[in-house]
Amino acid sequence: MAEALRKPFGGHFLYVLRENPVTVLAFAMLCVILFAAAFGPMLAPYDPLASNAMNALRPPSAAHWFGTDHLGRDVFSRVLVATRLDLAISVAAVALSFVVGSTLGSLAGFYGGWVDAVIGRITDTIMAFPLFVLAMGIVAVLGNSVENIVYATAVVNLPFYIRVARAEVSVRRTAGYVEAARLAGNSEARVLALTIFPNILPPMMVQISLNLGWAILNAAGLSFIGLGVRPPTPEWGIMVAEGATYIISGEWWLALFPGAALMLAVFCFNLLGDGLRDLIDPRKRT
Amino acid sequence: MAASRLGIVARRVGGAIPSLVGVVVVTFVLTRSLPGDPAVYFAGLMADAESIAATRARLGLDRTWIEQFVSYVERLFAGDWGVSLQTGRPVLTELSQRLPASLELTLAGLLFAIGVAVPLGVLAATRPNSWVDHLCRVVVTAGVSLPTFFTGLFLVYLFYFLAGVAPSPLGRLDFIYFSPPHVTGFYTIDTALAGDWWTFRGALAQLVLPALTLGLFALAPIARMTRASMLAALSADFVRTATAMGLSRRKVLWTYAFGNAFLPVLTTLGMVFSFLLGANVLVERVFSWPGVGSFAIDALVASDYAAVQGFVLAMALLFVAVNLLIDVIYTLVDPRVGLEG
Repeated sequence: MAEALRKPFGGHFLYVLRENPVTVLAFAMLCVILFAAAFGPMLAPYDPLASNAMNALRPPSAAHWFGTDHLGRDVFSRVLVATRLDLAISVAAVALSFVVGSTLGSLAGFYGGWVDAVIGRITDTIMAFPLFVLAMGIVAVLGNSVENIVYATAVVNLPFYIRVARAEVSVRRTAGYVEAARLAGNSEARVLALTIFPNILPPMMVQISLNLGWAILNAAGLSFIGLGVRPPTPEWGIMVAEGATYIISGEWWLALFPGAALMLAVFCFNLLGDGLRDLIDPRKRT
Repeated sequence: MAASRLGIVARRVGGAIPSLVGVVVVTFVLTRSLPGDPAVYFAGLMADAESIAATRARLGLDRTWIEQFVSYVERLFAGDWGVSLQTGRPVLTELSQRLPASLELTLAGLLFAIGVAVPLGVLAATRPNSWVDHLCRVVVTAGVSLPTFFTGLFLVYLFYFLAGVAPSPLGRLDFIYFSPPHVTGFYTIDTALAGDWWTFRGALAQLVLPALTLGLFALAPIARMTRASMLAALSADFVRTATAMGLSRRKVLWTYAFGNAFLPVLTTLGMVFSFLLGANVLVERVFSWPGVGSFAIDALVASDYAAVQGFVLAMALLFVAVNLLIDVIYTLVDPRVGLEG
């Protein structure tokens, strides 16, 4: 398992990359996305909010690579600048559900008994809802803001982290090295936090990567139906929603480019998650 | 044997009760944790102090939480899900009138996804690590990475604007057709029952693009699960035995391997259905489909909370019912169930 892999990890890493060229592609895409998120506002050739009615709905050209939208704003600049916001929402949501979910899941897997029963019931209840629908309901109640999109996305992702953490902790609970840590005089809480928890991180990383893609989709979906981010803020979901009106009359570039950016980001995280899973546990490949 | 299987089915039905209770509790909490005074929201925009007080008494907001919960459950069972602010009609009526449209779309999408993903998964499993396998993996990952609303728009652009083969993406039937007599509420089935093949074609033409959009999204989990469970089945002893006995490849592959590999796929369908119910909302928006999803979006934008909560509750109940149905089918189909005890 993951613990045993540590020593020849570099060699194994290269082996997995060679076996699976798709993962290399995903790594390259990740670098591009992170670069855009970090330097997007500096690189954007135009102000993403500056409208110019004289220059509205122009198709892609040398001056405007992705064309201009119905207010004459440069679509390329808007797509580029939106990267940071879209990533920020999904990373914040995933980080939140990772922290809460892995804590709850570890406690459930480690202590069992009524702790496990209560946490299991919470997980089952969240999973009894279609997740996107639950997210809509939560945003409706908490109020329509970006912050609440993050909370809603975090809540609907919780069950995945709870389940993985619970399963991974409960198989390690009685492992030899854990017993050794106990016999060395560590308290139960210390054993869980310092001996077991670091060892469940590799499978959790896979979950995070797979989940990031779905968190981006979820957040963009919510803003597509008019929740969370408000215009004129550049954000991929809302840009697709604004462009939707113009698709029927043939102005495809308004919706295509933000949609493609969204797709590439999600695709990248999904492929990366698969690659990480191969790296950590080749048997789970599907 | 038969009796024990019936017992297992009954136990599965009983096992859905905690989920139902959980769903009702969560929707109750969602109803009661609105920021500010719920009575003000539910009384409507034109409410004065008197009607707010009346609403508070009607909703029982002046009583304890437990009493409120009991009366909430009572009203749910009595069919009183509140009144929609936008339309002024009962939420339950609105939802039940729109549900067939959503279900028709979801089921059409699911059928398409199963029809494509299962053969794809089997193909990939028979040639692991070949280019077919890699291609299959990339295609299904791309499918799940596509934002449904974006796929929908793109298909509209290709087939409506460029090719001109699809009808305009506005609803379930073009205005030149009359809606069929209401039997199931599924236009394709109702028109076929009425023998009105001209309208059937019209309804089908409207259904194809949104169903395709939904189906693309559902390909990945089904294809992956099919591939994984087919791989496991193909390496099992009974498949080796069947091959050694000289059975034809087709018989080994479909009867022996796939017959066993299908059960995990069936279980995955529950999760797929959850995704589809969510994606449905977005697809209905893109295609102006008059289903529950469009209704919920309008309600969200108009702060029509009774309608939103009715929608969340209805979708959750539907999902619990679908999971139960899958469990029961699983119990009835798998000959091993009931033998191990």
